[in-house]
Amino acid sequence: MKLSGAEILLRALELEGVEKIFGYPGGAVLDIYDRLPFSPLKHYLTRHEQGAAHAADGYARATGKVGVCFATSGPGATNLVTGLATAQIDSSPIVAFTGNVPTFMIGNDAFQEVDTVGITRPITKHNFLVKDVKDLADTVKKAFHIAKTGRPGAVLVDLPKDVTRELTDFFEEEYKTPVQIRSYKPVLKGHPGQIKRAAKAIATAERPVLYIGGGVVSSGASDLVVKMAEVANIPMVATLMGLTAVPGNHPFFLGMLGMHGTYAANMAVQEADLLIAIGARFDDRVTGKLSEFAPNAKVIHIDIDSAEIGKNKPVDIPIVGDAKLVMEELLPEVEKQVAKNREFYAVREKWLVKVRSWAERYPLWYEPSDRVIKPQFVIEKIWQVTKGEAIITTDVGQHQMWTAQYYKFKFPRQLITSGGLGTMGFGVPAAIGAKVGRPDKTVFCISGDGSFQMNMQEIVTAVHYNIPIKVAILNNNFLGMVRQWQGIFYDKNYSQVHLDVQPDFVKLVEAMGGVGLRAERPSEVEEVLKEAMAINDRPVVIDFIVDREEDVFPMVPPGGALHEMILPSYGKKKERKAV
Amino acid sequence: MERKEHRKHIISVLVENQPGALARIIELFSSRGYNIESLNVGHTEDPTISRITMVAKGDEHTIEQIVKQLRRIIDVFKVRDLTDKKKLDRELLIVRLLVDTPQKKEEVKRLADIFGAQIVDVSHDTYTVELTGDEEQVDAFLELIKPFGIREMARTGRVAMVRALQGETFGDEKQ
Repeated sequence: MKLSGAEILLRALELEGVEKIFGYPGGAVLDIYDRLPFSPLKHYLTRHEQGAAHAADGYARATGKVGVCFATSGPGATNLVTGLATAQIDSSPIVAFTGNVPTFMIGNDAFQEVDTVGITRPITKHNFLVKDVKDLADTVKKAFHIAKTGRPGAVLVDLPKDVTRELTDFFEEEYKTPVQIRSYKPVLKGHPGQIKRAAKAIATAERPVLYIGGGVVSSGASDLVVKMAEVANIPMVATLMGLTAVPGNHPFFLGMLGMHGTYAANMAVQEADLLIAIGARFDDRVTGKLSEFAPNAKVIHIDIDSAEIGKNKPVDIPIVGDAKLVMEELLPEVEKQVAKNREFYAVREKWLVKVRSWAERYPLWYEPSDRVIKPQFVIEKIWQVTKGEAIITTDVGQHQMWTAQYYKFKFPRQLITSGGLGTMGFGVPAAIGAKVGRPDKTVFCISGDGSFQMNMQEIVTAVHYNIPIKVAILNNNFLGMVRQWQGIFYDKNYSQVHLDVQPDFVKLVEAMGGVGLRAERPSEVEEVLKEAMAINDRPVVIDFIVDREEDVFPMVPPGGALHEMILPSYGKKKERKAV
Repeated sequence: MERKEHRKHIISVLVENQPGALARIIELFSSRGYNIESLNVGHTEDPTISRITMVAKGDEHTIEQIVKQLRRIIDVFKVRDLTDKKKLDRELLIVRLLVDTPQKKEEVKRLADIFGAQIVDVSHDTYTVELTGDEEQVDAFLELIKPFGIREMARTGRVAMVRALQGETFGDEKQ
């Protein structure tokens, strides 16, 4: 039977298991949108294409499935750019479909024409321009395969208008056969010899540390990694992307490492004699001064992307492979080795005692207040009210770091945040995507007054589809993180960080059809959160008026090594330097 | 990283003959700040596969990264650093020289003979010479003819293949 390109696309999406799409119509995708009402796919009309891309990303991160978004040519496509780059750098699987001008007009500077594949080439895992409707089905199949296998990422498929209009045969049975891409064969299984070497090193190290990244979460290796820590008595630290791999209250878990990591996590890494990196990429926000990062440690690096191994830090035992598949082989080996090397057990006990003493001596800390709302206090209360079980999305800045520090996560995929790109405006649309993907969960977006204003139009989307996300704005009338840097490193020369002129967020959200709430005193925080939790048919935004000049600590100064972090004051007059 | 010695590497890449594949490779170099000295693209025995031969300069760590980043590209089949392999390594030079006296004409003919170059185009006062050789030969030839006055010149950049008899062939998989 002959189908149009548009019909083939929609049917192929169904066969890929897609249920929800985020998108925005326009001239070049008219043929797709014309067929959409006859498809079982549920489409969410966002209010900006950037929102569609972030929502698809949030959906993907919350569910582990591929997120899908649609946009038209020209500005539709360019508006996706930030969303694609955000997903790609955090290895989140999304597939974006963009319309384009008809093939015979390509290169003609036609209305709403841009070179979409050219623009998005460096920020996608792969992209395609489909020039013949006969190639369409195969391209869609490849796009999904590339997005979700190996190291996941963003894929874009550009569809000229005539390709979506023309008719061709579509063979469903053929579509269901496995994909073959002869030049793309990701390595999934780790090298057995390397795994044995790693197990031996793990069992015989005196001061090992597990350094857990987002790859552990996305491959589903969390339980295995935690099990290994327990079997071999290894303290764990996590990156922002890897935080949800470990239960926040696990006795071996020291919290996040890096620029705003905990004292114990950072010191453990600096003192370690073996660093076991899994699905992490030694990002500059994690390592601080690279030459002094984990200076005494041998390094085992498990990663699905061989290009990450040795990119920043020399590695002693590299293992290329999927974190889960490698852990399935590594864990039994470690168990065997641990049994053989019992004498190290006592040494490890000592090491665990040492790292725990750091955690007790220099915990996360802020000065409590009954006068002004402390931003960290709001996050602790959100954690309490949601019983630690909400899916949390964030924007980018101070609130993001406080969320990473103070919300104790319970299960993988619970934190959805723009780690690599640091995209302000990510939180609200990502929360919409997450809630659409996981309607059973409370989805809370923790944002700032700056970030919220970058994509606040998406509240209308949430109202439109009765998506009951909760948004907490930690409102300090500042671009807080930039202000913090200007405060500490630029002599308090606060330049262009005042957000004194601001909408009344409560009225604004009410005008958009959501519920707006506000808390100005610490005593109101819990009450207003409970009120928000009771609303389940539309979005709620809570404007928390917080302490204006609260800083995020600990903080590793730029160019500094992890052990040179600045600590909070612990009630004394000034913040102090760690020794 | 410790290994800081910079030298020229010759890297051979087999890639799908697809629009965009070459762009992706070139963009990799600009976006990650690597330098390409020369780059050459052509078909292989299989018309759906192209061979790209590139010369890049950098320390071992940079070159290792280049190779790994190239392997990540979906359209790329195989990447191999041929620098330390036994290989056939050739470049084509076409150069037009000023030869306005009989002595100069004789001298250029003699040099061409020695290098196995051919005079492929002639005018009253110029010879156009074509030479195929490895990079050192081409550089040496250019050095010697420079004093005559080079009117115009074109070099292809290097193409390379590993020699058949060295115990292994171009079989390195994408990791």
